[in-house]
Amino acid sequence: MSERKLLNGDEAVAQAALDAGVTLGTGYPGTPSTEILENLDLIGGRAQWAPNEKVALEVGLGAAYAGARVLVTMKHVGVNVAADPLFTATYTGVHGALVLISADDPGMASSQNEQDNRRYALASGCPMLEPSDSQEAYDFVRTAFDISAKWKIPVMLRMTTRVCHSRTVVQAKAKAANVSAPAFVRDIRGKVMIPAYARPAHKLLRQKLGEMAAWNETSELNKVIVGSKDLGIITSAISYMHVREAAPEASVLKLGFTYPLPIERIRQFAAGVTRCVVIEEGDPYLVESIRAAGISVEGKPEMYRYGELNVDRVKRIIAGDVSAEPVPPRGKPPQLCNGCPYRTVYEVLKRLDCIVAGDIGCYTLGVLPPFEAMDTCVCMGASLGVGLGMRHVLPEQEARRVVSIIGDSTFMHTGVNGLIEMTYNPPTTGHVLIILDNGTTAMTGQQEHPATGRTLDHGPTNKFIIEDFCKAAGAKNVDIIDPVSKPAEFEAMLKGRLASNDLSVIIARKPCLLAAGKIREYEKINAEKLASASYCKV
Amino acid sequence: MKTAVTNVVFAGLGGQGVVKASDIMADAVFRCGHDVKKAEVHGMSQRGGSVSCDVRYGKEVFSPMVPAAQADYLVVLSPDQVDNNRQALRPGGVLITPDLVDATKLENAKSLNVAMLGVLAAKMDVPIEKWKEAIAAALPEKLLETNLRAFETGRHIGARL
Repeated sequence: MSERKLLNGDEAVAQAALDAGVTLGTGYPGTPSTEILENLDLIGGRAQWAPNEKVALEVGLGAAYAGARVLVTMKHVGVNVAADPLFTATYTGVHGALVLISADDPGMASSQNEQDNRRYALASGCPMLEPSDSQEAYDFVRTAFDISAKWKIPVMLRMTTRVCHSRTVVQAKAKAANVSAPAFVRDIRGKVMIPAYARPAHKLLRQKLGEMAAWNETSELNKVIVGSKDLGIITSAISYMHVREAAPEASVLKLGFTYPLPIERIRQFAAGVTRCVVIEEGDPYLVESIRAAGISVEGKPEMYRYGELNVDRVKRIIAGDVSAEPVPPRGKPPQLCNGCPYRTVYEVLKRLDCIVAGDIGCYTLGVLPPFEAMDTCVCMGASLGVGLGMRHVLPEQEARRVVSIIGDSTFMHTGVNGLIEMTYNPPTTGHVLIILDNGTTAMTGQQEHPATGRTLDHGPTNKFIIEDFCKAAGAKNVDIIDPVSKPAEFEAMLKGRLASNDLSVIIARKPCLLAAGKIREYEKINAEKLASASYCKV
Repeated sequence: MKTAVTNVVFAGLGGQGVVKASDIMADAVFRCGHDVKKAEVHGMSQRGGSVSCDVRYGKEVFSPMVPAAQADYLVVLSPDQVDNNRQALRPGGVLITPDLVDATKLENAKSLNVAMLGVLAAKMDVPIEKWKEAIAAALPEKLLETNLRAFETGRHIGARL
């Protein structure tokens, strides 16, 4: 028996993946999922950052086609980016095993929306497990690998911020034995999704889901807490914890394997209680599925769709209380650090009254006082497309004020596609893209990306040169400037570019203050590594 | 009568060591054999915004979040974060505010979070050696002695309250 540890959900997932014999972990940083791969690396697993979630899932899929056990991690909105491979990966299935972590953020602690990714499981036909604490995060990852290997299908573990970032007690289990080594098995009809092969693959997927639903009816992933017959509660994930505290007397059906659902077990539970309430965070996923099966249950009032649940809110749902909720006092909002190189950029954008199509990262904080110099922010990489769209339709004088602004890591993620659009369909007034290059993925805690030239563990790798890429894509002017040491030059340059009809990229390059020291240290170590004769660079 | 679960809320600003302080406390009570849950929200708080962490321990803890007005202890590291967190405290709960410790008199002002843990330790029924083990496990060797002294300073202040 291993010792008990106090782990957060992300750490528990990393430990479970390692103990399950994971060959490769891949993903893209995003709160609250980031620490999973960082921890996998720390405890001796192989982990790497991909440029974005779509590529991460594709790399994971390839490894799992080749028989490996793979962990792919991302935040909820990352699954939107990875949705394209996901929806067909459930048709092709895998030879090894693949567990996809979707870390949702109800209440939006650090996200642009609070989408409920349980809908993805249903829409893509991907089996889904939902842990309620770190022990379950550990146990469910172990089981998810087993389910994935048994039915040869990707499995989603849907977590939320509270599960990812709460520390609870974890007891690890024995490491998986007899994990087979990767090997290529040719399966053209199963893995090449031309229509003729995809039609039977879809039927195979539905057959697997039917088998899993039957298996789930007696699975230990779901459990019943026997209590009062007057009140029964059907719940899952973190909501279960709030329920146990809010209604200690109630009977509870706690669902761990939430797609495909064990409908007969739910029917039996509901029939055994006088009043049956479904308590779930976010969308009415469980309640709709249960009602669609002809089972009569109560849901929650619409006001509880928004934000996280907690013990107090669960009490209100059970009491049918729809009165206004107390509003907690506002804390101090975050802001761009004092000395952040982006501060100068936003001062200039404000002074020039630019129309700023923004993006996702620390620099999104430029929307808040004192700058208030951002006009749009939608999703990763959207600054380019949105800025170009505005340039295409606005009257010339307004079009000339439009600037797209994006960080280095976000540019690598999906900004490159927007840049290709910029040179393919240039607006008549041209366009200006500012790449805020602080040399790290700052917002999520300073992760590496292709343009840092360092891998997840900060070791050396090939470096993506942003300026060379912009030139190759066809931008007419590509300039690199340190906005902190040359603020006047930066302002003059931006003015000049806005007045011209050129396609211009201005790379505002200055390391993140918080990361600069560490970056220098990594570079020193890496230079020594590369200089040593024993180090062979691939 | 004391309830089965003890609730502690830590609050302050990003960069003050609020998360670290709550991690140390959670570890200290974990070392006593309690069931422990600790909730925190990361992300934007890295940029100097408000941060708060909940630590709950007892025989069995369900929700990781302390319900409103149920904190037995509220430890606030920044003076401007007292008013917006006060509602977390239950009637009769213990409020520990940063004016109790003069950070400028500590060997390293960054040890304020550990000094505040010292004040808390003086008010709680958790063996001192468990606190010290948790501090040692959480901090690098070179910072340990300074922080253990900050913890003692806090304990002396707490004992006089």
